[in-house]
Amino acid sequence: MIICVTDLQEGQTGVVKEIKGGCGIITKLQSIGIRIDKKIKKVSGQSFRGPQILKIYNLQLAIGFGMAKHILVEVKDK
Amino acid sequence: MKKILLVGNPNVGKSAIFSRLTGTRVIISNYPGSTVEFYQGHTKINDQLFTVLDVPGTYTLTPASDAEKVAVDMIKDGDVIVNILDATNLERNLNLTLQLIKLKKPMIVVLNIWDDTEHLGIEIDIQKLEKILNIPVVHTVAVIGDGIKSLADRIMEARISDYDFVDEQIWQNIGTIVNDVQKISHRHHTFSERLSDILIKPLTGIPIALFILFIAFEITRFIGENLILYVLDPVYNNFYAPYIIKLVNIFNVDILTRILLGTNTQAMSGFGVLTTGLYIPLVVVLPYIFSFYLILSLIEDSGYLPRLAVLLDNFMHKFGLHGYGTIPIILGLGCKVPAILATRILETKREKLIATLLILMIAPCMPQSAMIISILARYGFGYIALTFGIIILVGLLSGYFLNKILKGEVPELFIEIPPIRPIKLNLIAKKMWMRMQGFVYDAVPLIIAGVLIINILEILGVINFITNTFGSSITNILGLPKELVSVIALGFLRKDISISLLVPYNLSAGQLVISSIFLTLYLPCIATFFVISKEAGLKNALKIATSTFIVSLTLCGILNIFIK
Repeated sequence: MIICVTDLQEGQTGVVKEIKGGCGIITKLQSIGIRIDKKIKKVSGQSFRGPQILKIYNLQLAIGFGMAKHILVEVKDK
Repeated sequence: MKKILLVGNPNVGKSAIFSRLTGTRVIISNYPGSTVEFYQGHTKINDQLFTVLDVPGTYTLTPASDAEKVAVDMIKDGDVIVNILDATNLERNLNLTLQLIKLKKPMIVVLNIWDDTEHLGIEIDIQKLEKILNIPVVHTVAVIGDGIKSLADRIMEARISDYDFVDEQIWQNIGTIVNDVQKISHRHHTFSERLSDILIKPLTGIPIALFILFIAFEITRFIGENLILYVLDPVYNNFYAPYIIKLVNIFNVDILTRILLGTNTQAMSGFGVLTTGLYIPLVVVLPYIFSFYLILSLIEDSGYLPRLAVLLDNFMHKFGLHGYGTIPIILGLGCKVPAILATRILETKREKLIATLLILMIAPCMPQSAMIISILARYGFGYIALTFGIIILVGLLSGYFLNKILKGEVPELFIEIPPIRPIKLNLIAKKMWMRMQGFVYDAVPLIIAGVLIINILEILGVINFITNTFGSSITNILGLPKELVSVIALGFLRKDISISLLVPYNLSAGQLVISSIFLTLYLPCIATFFVISKEAGLKNALKIATSTFIVSLTLCGILNIFIK
């Protein structure tokens, strides 16, 4: 199932399948380590559409809610 | 002289390596963006002298912020590139490495933070990486100086890499390299990772943040107060003042006594160059500078600052900034000058403008805070709280309205959160020493000069003239004695002196509150004004100064009506 990174549960892991948006946002996310086929774990999401804390291996990133909306991940069906 | 550039992603330890290579002392912290200006130093390798430049961190060669733009511009005219990587994030860091290789300059790769790879179960085959990239690769632990010698030994071997790739396939190439040279074994969560999770999840993170801020404030106050009460004030009164008074009186020249010792023997109100001129900076202000920077250094080096920024992100959005905007504002509690420079980590002009105004308006700088606390202390904590409360409220309201008025949107938070790292006391001590030295060398002479100027102007009758010409407008609007107009004029030079100048006027507590607020907000001090005009242009600096002046005059006029 493909969902938005913002819809991941705390502690849930997904694999990046698509980054929606223009060249700018893709390059920006890539430069900090978010790319297709990367495994992402959501550490937490701050409430009220706050920044999403994501973890790629041992790299922790805080990304604004709006930008995180662009990242689609595949999760295992329950 | 040939230029060696230290280039890498943010927070990989460039400044630590710079400091080790050149012996130059620079501020090193554990958050991305601690270096926003470049630093320059020299080093001798094989009897050849090199200029070494510490370039602000950047993720790519297409810059997103001003600090990154500085970096990219500098890289173009370097002779040798020392590319520093965080060994625990090889893949992400190699992106910049491959981009740098395309510049066709002699290069050497440094895998820093090497000690952490072991705890994280990462194994990197350095020889293989060296072979693939065809440039020297060394590993270091810069904070403790490990591997710096082998880096220095091999800098001369830096060469132009012949590694080639198609730009569009950069990530595929990085993937292949990483697969070839890196092995990762499974490992359990470390303590620092668990701690990190607790600190950043809203449910646990927000109460902890409030607790940490409260404790930080209390410790700063406790250390500052007690250093003054039990150490510095007794030293001044028992071991300095009596002797300096005797010494100056030997000469028995009226005007000399008047300038050097002031009008009376009280440390705060006499206003002599050798009495009040030294008492303000060294007895009243220095202890607070010490305690503030001690706490700030602990928060910076542990890596807590970016976590606080994330937690405050939503809140800061109301004032037109994202969470990272809290970093310059927190620095501004100490001194506005480095705080204004730190606004370079923000991306848009709009953010920088709002951050600058918030830095100026949300709180006084530490020397000024110390003075406000010291003159209001005898009226009780309530008046101190009232003064700071009003200033914070006005600062927040200004940010809120500015965010509504200015066109544009708040950019989104986009940061890397460094791991929580154990604090190294020798690094903290070094950093404290530099910051205290900065205050003693930069501010103390200015304060003494300020006191001297005030004395000369008073003797020449200039202060009287200003008072009689412009004084009445101040009396009317702010409800303060007309003599204070000269105090206000001098506050532009150093704000801590202007607050101390209030002492001889026997103001009521209410008047002290109003004048403290007015002197905090009305204009930035001269050093801050110069930095703002350097960063944002003279026109914008004048605009900012005018608006803070109007806000403070209106506010204090209204307060005067109520506090009466």
